[in-house]
Amino acid sequence: MTLRDILNKLLRRQEASANTARERLQLVLAHDRTDLSPDLLDQMRREILEVVAKYVEIDLKEGAVSLETEDRMTALVANLPIKRHPSGAIKTKELSFNAENSEEQSTENT
Amino acid sequence: MTKSTRIILICSGKGGVGKTTLTANLGIALAKRGVNTAVLDADFGLRNLDLLLGLENRIVYTAQEVLDESCRLEQALVKHKQEPNLSLLPAGNPRMLDWLTPDDMQRIVALLSEQFDYVLIDCPAGVEDGFKNAVAAAKEAIVVTNPEVSAVRDADRVIGLLNTHGVQPVQLVLNRVRPKMMASQEMLSVDDVTDILALPLLGLVLEDEQVIVSTNRGEPLTLSSNNSPAARCYSNIAGRLQGEQIPMIDPSKEGSGVRAKIRRLMQTKIF
Repeated sequence: MTLRDILNKLLRRQEASANTARERLQLVLAHDRTDLSPDLLDQMRREILEVVAKYVEIDLKEGAVSLETEDRMTALVANLPIKRHPSGAIKTKELSFNAENSEEQSTENT
Repeated sequence: MTKSTRIILICSGKGGVGKTTLTANLGIALAKRGVNTAVLDADFGLRNLDLLLGLENRIVYTAQEVLDESCRLEQALVKHKQEPNLSLLPAGNPRMLDWLTPDDMQRIVALLSEQFDYVLIDCPAGVEDGFKNAVAAAKEAIVVTNPEVSAVRDADRVIGLLNTHGVQPVQLVLNRVRPKMMASQEMLSVDDVTDILALPLLGLVLEDEQVIVSTNRGEPLTLSSNNSPAARCYSNIAGRLQGEQIPMIDPSKEGSGVRAKIRRLMQTKIF
């Protein structure tokens, strides 16, 4: 945060365009470098969540799968908070896949 | 190839970012330093290097005739009058659009390596056949880009391709830098671009109206002893290529008045 950023916020001006350019570039390059379209990434994200949800109960609202790029290395970063029982043990699901899948689909769509 | 000739591809992906201008100015700057330099215009569809060097009326043969053996290499090379250490070789003529192959390019560069210390290859824009031909012959590369999203994106694509072709080292030249716009954060900063592309910076070139004047005349800026901002930048790049330690200019520290001071204060990180 620079003085200029603060001033821009106070005056409700648009943020400096260089920041916007950098953010847009980072996003588009992460996709370019992996050759993954946003649609495919979203599909992959959904499938990963499905697989993980088979074994542990995860917070689907908090879960995020994204591409992050640093120094020409692109990493697929999945951040999936695992729900815990009040006792502290990790909550594992009963293996009843059909029910889970439909449940997850509905969560995704909302 | 007995001596170790430096074969440097100058490429950008996007067109119009300053590949040909950089090639012409570097060629002259290196020649002035007494280095035997050849510039090869690999863009045979839309060649322009001859025009920027003021040699457009002196081209008789191209690399094409050399490979056909209808002329010798010496006949096709166009020597620069003021800087005889610099020679231009056009790859082909615009009427033979799909004539060159990567093999042809390697053969012609091998011929040039026998008599030159530096071979600068002016790469065509794009990542198609023209690029593939040019990259086949290159050992190292300079990627030219502007601090603009489209140019940086295309540069990134080209860097990926250079990596897969095993071209090494690849260095960056950031062209058309406007210190004022960078200071007011309305232009990607030098750090932004080098961080995103993750390449070592070979040099910056400041935006300079004299570049247009020099292309009008067909006399690259580095040819005269004038000290326009871009001319200094090009000469510095030539020096760094030869291993000299020349400090990089810092665009954010350009300017000395009260306004420049306020601009600097405004971009200091507080938290």
